[in-house]
Amino acid sequence: MNLQEFLSIFISSVFIYNVILSRFLGLCPFVAISKETKPALAMSAAVTFVITASSAVTWLIYRFLLLPFNLAYLRTLSFVLVIAALVQLIEMVIRKTSPVLYRAFGIYLTLITTNCAVLGAAVLNIDMFFVKGRPVAGSFYYSIFQGFCMGLGYTLAMLIMSGIRERLELSRVPKALHNFPIAFIIASVLSLSFMGFNGFKF
Amino acid sequence: MEIIFAVIILGVLGLVFGIGLAVASKKFNVQVDPKLEQVQHLLPGGNCGACGNPGCFGFAESLLKGGNTVDDCRVCSEEIKEKIAGIMGVALGKQVRKVATLHCAGGVKVKDKYVYSGVEDCVAANMVLGGQKSCVFACLGFGTCARACPFGAITISAEGLPVINKDKCRACNKCVLACPKKLISLVSVTHPVFVACSSHDMGKDVRAVCSVGCIACRMCEKACKFDAIHVIDNLAVIDYHKCTSCGECVKVCPTKTIRIRE
Repeated sequence: MNLQEFLSIFISSVFIYNVILSRFLGLCPFVAISKETKPALAMSAAVTFVITASSAVTWLIYRFLLLPFNLAYLRTLSFVLVIAALVQLIEMVIRKTSPVLYRAFGIYLTLITTNCAVLGAAVLNIDMFFVKGRPVAGSFYYSIFQGFCMGLGYTLAMLIMSGIRERLELSRVPKALHNFPIAFIIASVLSLSFMGFNGFKF
Repeated sequence: MEIIFAVIILGVLGLVFGIGLAVASKKFNVQVDPKLEQVQHLLPGGNCGACGNPGCFGFAESLLKGGNTVDDCRVCSEEIKEKIAGIMGVALGKQVRKVATLHCAGGVKVKDKYVYSGVEDCVAANMVLGGQKSCVFACLGFGTCARACPFGAITISAEGLPVINKDKCRACNKCVLACPKKLISLVSVTHPVFVACSSHDMGKDVRAVCSVGCIACRMCEKACKFDAIHVIDNLAVIDYHKCTSCGECVKVCPTKTIRIRE
């Protein structure tokens, strides 16, 4: 566990393997909630929060429950269960303890229950930080940090997209491309430019 | 053997989460006034903010706390207001419904002084020498008001002017604030007569750029038997406290600037 490793996790999950633009996870809110910057930011904050929390919990479940009983193949199923329960629990706690935060997250927190970016992050953590069924050194902290950085990458993509779409509102777009079609075109161009971080592989 | 483990582990996981959530929902239970949900259900849900609260949910909360009265919602119909007042257990005061009214009849009749090719938005166009119209007070017709309207009551006609649908308009004031030329005002539905011009230019200058503008001829002033209309600063202004909607001024207006709302 060293600083260099953390830095490379940061760079790779924010830019090179950006959760939306390179891994194509969590595309639904990326298109649906990116019309204005404010809700897009609220959504990103909620996603970052949930990914970070679920990375920690899924790691623990995998390490101490699934691995000892040789049930690694059940991870997707149990992760879905864990994440759904976790999001519900977090929502209840926030609602009780901080009405302001609850209002800020709004409906986005519940929407995240079935967001594939969250599940994707959990599965990727397991893929990357377990070698032959054993956690690598510092695996737990790497997992949490990678979850958080994926959230940051998500925020970055949402910010770019909502900024562009806010501007698009004011420009003349052909009628047939209005709203969603042009959003998809922009998403593809953005994705292409993020592929530049990764480079071509033939 | 392995399948039994799988069943047990997943079963236990599900059970633990189920019980955990049940306990948590009891422990973190937030008491919500049942009235809140009922009131919120009745409110229009346009989140226009005309009542001064952040959206309809904010209004419902403020209503329960006593910060607002039912009448502060300009959008709900009388019927719904009565229902809400019934839930709250209060009597309802009467309020005259208002409707947004455009004080300009220019549109395509007013010539452009230059070709504007920027962002199609009145606020943006207004920043360039006060818009492309040769009358400084004229409606620019890019539909900023129509986009601001949460109820879809404003459409831009072929004449290049916003048309306000009287039945859809809920007098939320959004278009009034959105218009950079300040051409829209809220007028009671009981007063159909209005002046369709906002130009404070001299009559001669108005005539040069617009055929339907107020030329400050004072014919209406003379025709009015109730002292309700006056030419102030080169523009006819109706005093709605005195106006009886008799329509005399409409008849005498030479440029047909004073009109009756359809």
